[in-house]
Amino acid sequence: MSGLIISGGLVVSGGDATAADVIVDEGIVTAVGPGLEIDDREVIDATDCWVGAGFVDLHTHLREPGQEWKENIESGRDAAAAGGYTAVLAMPNTDPVIDSGYVARQVKRGDGVRVIPSGAITMGRLGERLAHLDELWEAGVKVFTDDGDTVADGGVLRRAMEYIGQLGGLVAQHAEDPGLCAGGHMHEGSVSSRLGMMGLPSVGEEVIVARDLKLVELTGCRYHVQHVSTAGTVELIEAAKRSGLPVTAEVAPHHLALDHGEVSSMDPVFKMYPPLRTPDDVAAVREGLANGVIDCVATDHAPHAAFEKDVPFEEAPRGIIGLETAASIVHMSVGMDPTQFFDRMSHAPRRILGEDGAGVAVGATADLVVFRPEGTWTVENLRSRSNNTPWLDAKLEGVVGATIVGSDTMWRRSG
Amino acid sequence: MEDHLSQVLTADDVDRVVRRISHEIIERHQGAKDVVLIGIHSRGVPLAEKIAAAITGFDGTRLPVGELDIGLYRDDRRQRPTARLGRTLIPVDLTGTQVVLVDDVLYTGRTVRSALDALSDLGRPGRIELAVLVDRGHRQLPIRADYVGKNLPTGSDQRVTVRVDEIDDESGVWVEDL
Amino acid sequence: MSSLLTIESLTRQDIEEMIGLAGGFREVLDRDVPKVPTLVGKTVSLLFYEVSTRTRLSFERAAKALSADTLTFAPGGSSVAKGESLKDTALTLQAMGPDLMVVRHKATGAPWRVAEWTGLPVVNAGDGAHQHPTQALLDVFTLHRRLGALDGLRAAIVGDIRHSRVARSTSQALVTLGAEVTLVAPRTLLPVDLTEWDVATADGIDEVLGEVDVIYLLRIQQERGGGDVFPSIAEYVGRFGLTRDRAEQLSADALVMHPGPMNRGVEIDPAVADGPRSLVTDQVTNGIALRMAVLYSLLSGEGAA
Repeated sequence: MSGLIISGGLVVSGGDATAADVIVDEGIVTAVGPGLEIDDREVIDATDCWVGAGFVDLHTHLREPGQEWKENIESGRDAAAAGGYTAVLAMPNTDPVIDSGYVARQVKRGDGVRVIPSGAITMGRLGERLAHLDELWEAGVKVFTDDGDTVADGGVLRRAMEYIGQLGGLVAQHAEDPGLCAGGHMHEGSVSSRLGMMGLPSVGEEVIVARDLKLVELTGCRYHVQHVSTAGTVELIEAAKRSGLPVTAEVAPHHLALDHGEVSSMDPVFKMYPPLRTPDDVAAVREGLANGVIDCVATDHAPHAAFEKDVPFEEAPRGIIGLETAASIVHMSVGMDPTQFFDRMSHAPRRILGEDGAGVAVGATADLVVFRPEGTWTVENLRSRSNNTPWLDAKLEGVVGATIVGSDTMWRRSG
Repeated sequence: MEDHLSQVLTADDVDRVVRRISHEIIERHQGAKDVVLIGIHSRGVPLAEKIAAAITGFDGTRLPVGELDIGLYRDDRRQRPTARLGRTLIPVDLTGTQVVLVDDVLYTGRTVRSALDALSDLGRPGRIELAVLVDRGHRQLPIRADYVGKNLPTGSDQRVTVRVDEIDDESGVWVEDL
Repeated sequence: MSSLLTIESLTRQDIEEMIGLAGGFREVLDRDVPKVPTLVGKTVSLLFYEVSTRTRLSFERAAKALSADTLTFAPGGSSVAKGESLKDTALTLQAMGPDLMVVRHKATGAPWRVAEWTGLPVVNAGDGAHQHPTQALLDVFTLHRRLGALDGLRAAIVGDIRHSRVARSTSQALVTLGAEVTLVAPRTLLPVDLTEWDVATADGIDEVLGEVDVIYLLRIQQERGGGDVFPSIAEYVGRFGLTRDRAEQLSADALVMHPGPMNRGVEIDPAVADGPRSLVTDQVTNGIALRMAVLYSLLSGEGAA
């Protein structure tokens, strides 16, 4: 079988971006450099494109097992490839919950778009008893989270941090104080006060992060803040990093692009937790991502079937899909240079997972994405089983031109 | 007044016609004591007041004058934009009274039918009569006027316009070719 | 206007026109035969997901006084208990051929969804704690009948503002007509963020008694008084109840309103509720006339053909 040449692009590797071609033979990167011979290889024209390591999503809801009408592992992987992702961290809020080694092994996929299971911190994500942490660890789980819910009990979280810290794992927190956020459907602020909806105040996120950071100080466990949404959380993380705590953070594309004003439409497609916040919060998370206080982008891809969202706002399930639009939305809302962009989309998530592959290295298995920053595309015919995105039918800037793992080109799009 | 309109009644003609109708009402009711004049919105109302004033002038009788808005009773609401509601004001109990409905133009008869429906919801007069300034023909319902100011043969491609001082700052009747 | 969903979309002129129309219908209600054939052949569907006696009856009375037929859906024992979605219920009702839907639902925005799904004109009869536009219009209509223009009127709304669609819509209608509105409530019952509200606030009812032309009391849900948002009903009455003593401190011609149902002895003293200042029963009768005006506007004329 003949190989592949990605020609004429800007290759982003580590902290550098250089004009170069990339040759992939037999699924291995065999050469990176300018003016390489094409021979009989298939050519991917990467003129005006950025070429780098495939994106990694630390926050994907694949819905399998248990809610396959929304998404399953295969459709989720297809959607990931279309978004330039070559690996996703599957959230454990499936049915059954990924709280045992057995369920984790069912979800895991090692070839093509990798599916890396995360594990629940507590059994059934109920916030009470520790999940089968050793089993999960042995099944390859590196990140533990009760995502969708918060480990609210400080005692439980402390013990989880002690235990998981000793294993070498990472505790990731969905920060939402259950008392402060009870009954909330959107950001608590001027818009919720007008609409008469109960809100989730910013402090509901911040008090959990503030407490957790003290527990990190106490236990030394690595800690990751999921979907940072408020300016206050950005400040807390910045201070924690400055004092040397082992803390990382992610932000979702929608929190970089949209604010709570959108909820005025009462369209359930704008319902997600954490909720869309104020324009000041949007500015703060953008800045946090650009300056590295927030390490990476994570989609919080949360598929829901159309009928489930075709209800009044307050009765709608939370979340939007994000895998296929993330790169465009991040590019359009933050406008980072290619090295920064690949760091936040690809390299930082890999570092957080404790993986190599922060670039395009000769001799490594191909794991590549070609991104055309100035191209445009229309959000339609999505590969996800669900369509719950506010950008449906929108024209976006920044096209994922190709996604390649090994000798398999899993996605191509011109434009 | 625009050129393409031809005037068929002047202000003086209107006054003359009103006086004649007033006489006829007195004659027919032998003094008009139980008569209630009810003008149909909008130009029937000032006409009813003119008639009442004329009757007062002839024999000193002061007749009660009411106003009736038939907007809520129209059978052609689907074709017409929502109009503002006019006032409906019935100054006396209508039971047993001799009601004279007053309108400016009698045409298809549908307005009068609506007015009769409305009146029957407002009370039970002993008798209802109809007075109009102009009868232009083209009836679609078995309705006739008891007092007619002027019979005006028209085509259905013509428009009859009545103006009264109280609303239009001039008085008279015009016919316009459409 | 194709639907009436929120006071926010109405201009001052819109509200004044509706008040004018309602005045005409109020006269109809006072007739010997308080019924007109205006909407013969029209069907008004009432989709009431929340228990509501007075609003539903008021809409039914309004529809019938205009000779429209009504088709009432209330969820008790119906397919909702069997898990049917709002959308399916709305589409089922739509298939029965109504010309307009009146919707009450506990979720903010539900009437908007119904309008979107069915394409019918929709009247919002209360969505969550969001909007209740016909209540707001009947309130300003009632005040307008009594006082004429409301410019410069000083109004206080007292009670559970945070969870009240009445407070939201009525305060907006009052402000649109030029009144000055003060919200009076414990901090736990005020909206968290008032930047979009053109209102003042006060911390206790005593602060406003001598200063207002109308005092509008909201129903206090007794179950909130168990330490949920205020310590006890007695403490609420102590700071926010319109007692007989406090009513005496109102200016001589100040008026008292309440959307009902009232908790006598809690937010309002019984003697005040039944006293000469009270517009409570006027609100009820005027509500029918106002809703007639709304149905008439939406269902007659070219737009509705």
